[in-house]
Amino acid sequence: MRGVQKRFGATYALKGVELNVQAGSVHALIGENGAGKSTLMKTLSGAYKADAGEMVLGGKPYVPRDPLHARSLGVCMIYQELALAPHLSVMENILLGIEPTRGPLLNWAEMKSISRRALDEVGLPSVAPETPVESLSIAEQQLVEIARAVAVGCKILVLDEPTSSLTQKDVQNLFALVRRLKEKGVAVVYISHALEEVEALCDRFTVMRDGETVGHGEVGEVPVDKIISMMVGRDVHDLYPRSPRTPGEQILDLKNVGGSRLPLDASLTIHRGEVMGIAGLIGAGRTEMLRAVFGLDPVKNGTVTLGTHSGSASPGRRWEQGLGLVSEDRKMEGLAQNLSIAENLTLSKLDGLGPWRFVLPSRQVAASAPWIKAIPIKCQSAEQPVEDLSGGNQQKVAIARLLHHDCDVLLLDEPTRGIDVGSKAQIYALIDQLALGNPASGRQPKAILVVSSYLPELLGICDRIAVMSRGVLGNARPVAEWTEHTLMVEATGQTSND
Amino acid sequence: MSKNTASATSSLRGKKVLQFAGRLAALVAVYLFFAILTPGNKGFTTDANTQLMLQDIAVVAMCAIGMTMVIIAGGIDLSAGSVIALAMITTASVLNLGPANAKLVIAHPVAMPILALAAAVGVSTLVGLFNGLLVTSLRLVPFIVTLGTMQMARGLCKLIAQEQNIYPPSAVRELWIAKLLAPAKTLLTPPFLPPAVWLVIVAAVCAALFLRFTRLGRHIFAIGSNEKTAVLCGVPVVRTKLAVYMISGLFSGLAGVIFFARLGGIGQPTEAIGYELFVIAAAVIGGASLLGGRGTILGTMIGALIITILRNGGVKMGWPQYVQEIVMGAVIIVAVAIDNLRNRKRR
Repeated sequence: MRGVQKRFGATYALKGVELNVQAGSVHALIGENGAGKSTLMKTLSGAYKADAGEMVLGGKPYVPRDPLHARSLGVCMIYQELALAPHLSVMENILLGIEPTRGPLLNWAEMKSISRRALDEVGLPSVAPETPVESLSIAEQQLVEIARAVAVGCKILVLDEPTSSLTQKDVQNLFALVRRLKEKGVAVVYISHALEEVEALCDRFTVMRDGETVGHGEVGEVPVDKIISMMVGRDVHDLYPRSPRTPGEQILDLKNVGGSRLPLDASLTIHRGEVMGIAGLIGAGRTEMLRAVFGLDPVKNGTVTLGTHSGSASPGRRWEQGLGLVSEDRKMEGLAQNLSIAENLTLSKLDGLGPWRFVLPSRQVAASAPWIKAIPIKCQSAEQPVEDLSGGNQQKVAIARLLHHDCDVLLLDEPTRGIDVGSKAQIYALIDQLALGNPASGRQPKAILVVSSYLPELLGICDRIAVMSRGVLGNARPVAEWTEHTLMVEATGQTSND
Repeated sequence: MSKNTASATSSLRGKKVLQFAGRLAALVAVYLFFAILTPGNKGFTTDANTQLMLQDIAVVAMCAIGMTMVIIAGGIDLSAGSVIALAMITTASVLNLGPANAKLVIAHPVAMPILALAAAVGVSTLVGLFNGLLVTSLRLVPFIVTLGTMQMARGLCKLIAQEQNIYPPSAVRELWIAKLLAPAKTLLTPPFLPPAVWLVIVAAVCAALFLRFTRLGRHIFAIGSNEKTAVLCGVPVVRTKLAVYMISGLFSGLAGVIFFARLGGIGQPTEAIGYELFVIAAAVIGGASLLGGRGTILGTMIGALIITILRNGGVKMGWPQYVQEIVMGAVIIVAVAIDNLRNRKRR
């Protein structure tokens, strides 16, 4: 791939990418979240069309029309979120879209034999082709996806974060399979940000950052330190305001909190006037920790103490106790998209907006107006449906809900994911002000817990940061003791002795 | 507030007014269509026919108030038609209590109908509660739950009525409850409309105010628009859903009592079959979204008028049953398609 570009509107998701993958090797594609790895691979697999640049496959120009076409040319993609039809059988999934036929009818016998061979090859000899996919484990389902690629004789296999939901033993199986495929001459592109996996499995690597390739080399020749600096090498400018502030009383305390699956063990203490950051990889259990604390998921172990309240509680109770959550997924969870800004902003606290249990729409609008002005949220009016707003402004509505509620503790899950830089800056400024409080207007300092995968942001706005790695939350340390490097080292589970 | 904001607010209002005007125009168009095209001797526009339409409208519109709330909350209530019948049968059998010479009814001309009304509405609300419990506690899909209770309520009707029509003593026909649809002398002299139509109007106004100005009303919209957001915001989702299905049962019950009057004071266990579809169509034509989070009582009322006029007009035109059915189906699809297009354009 040479000089590949991809634009979405005015934003360049890819601005000039070089990637050279050889047959019979495993090539690691590494970079932070949002660096453009997935976009690049979607371009390769035909889901997106490149706006510029060229791709060459086996010496010939390669222009995939769509994923099925790419697949027929031997380029197969295994996404992090598996793309299987759970109710269909293994063989139907393996041959979906390319079913062998005899005249107008499906050739079931051939489907079965092709699937059998592919399953044997990926190390699933015990799985019958007739098995419904939903009865398999996640690891087995992933292997079925790879079998799907093997069945069409793929030449390039792309694996996107394949180990994020696997156990250690399944990871070893997967690695063994990747090595077998490599020996057969398949070129494997392995997307990951877990560097120990890259070291264990890959021959060469390419690093991406902000939609560009910033380095490449042989694994083993380039020290891990160097690779990490390539991933994060970026200056922190004054995008991140931080007023001098001193933490006040302790307000939220987690003791060995465990959820139904994740987190495994999280202990943490937060004070008023403090911005606490949680770093970690996707799938490490950060969101699950927030959900358990907020009462959306059960707390199985440990205790959550919020102010004077101890123990778990429902989201409704949590709001009353002064805890608010901004969901990482504002489309599906955070906001009621077709309702108005005022409606969304006041939903958690409608009392006081009318006599008795009545709610006056005019009061909802009036209650929203100061926040729309202060943050500010760019909109035509408070009665505009949220779906009309840009992502950044939607996110500001979600945060404003916590301000309307006057929460003492704000849990912000990926508060700046997928929004423009301008809105990011406003949200950072807002977080700073909230943590500072305003004695003049009687506004107490808030405690703010920010989960983010964007390290510069955490280092820029937080007072202390803790890292979650595979469900376990590490010790919170002052921000001055962290660098992007050490955060990344701890998040990827490398042991650091420096 | 800046001028810009004010004008934006008014443009949003303008959009709503425009939508309403569109529905009203459709209503007028449908009415004029039949008024002009119906052969004179069939008399679509006569007072007698208008009174007849009003009687039909009262049943559909009353039931549609509750249905609108369920649909806004993202659910559906297919049991509505059967519950109408159940309420009607309950009314008839309460009034049929006691010895055949109707001593009870004659002795208590006010209390007995009130008892009948209370029993009918009570039973209907219980069916609604049952729906709500199944939807919330077993987490079943509302479509399936209410499809089941639709059959169950119908069976219950036949059980109570012993698979026969219930003919209460003739004295019942003189009670107010049987005269709910008694026509006004003319449409230009007080009380202008039959009592049941007034009842519907009052109920619709209350329901519209309830949806717009109460916490429960706002919660209904929130749950229908995005249930996860509602959970996140601490909305009592289970309680709200229970309330919504009970409200739907309650309005179906009131519609059933009106239906009892519509039938001239008798109970027929096999009546009101398929009414839920007219009612759902009324809500959908009125702008309610089956995906939830969208709908208005006023729109639904216009939808109920359109549906009833279509049914009545088709008969008056002398269209065969099958033509009426095809036209009805087409109108529903066109109405929803237009709504859909308009929403897509907004993006």
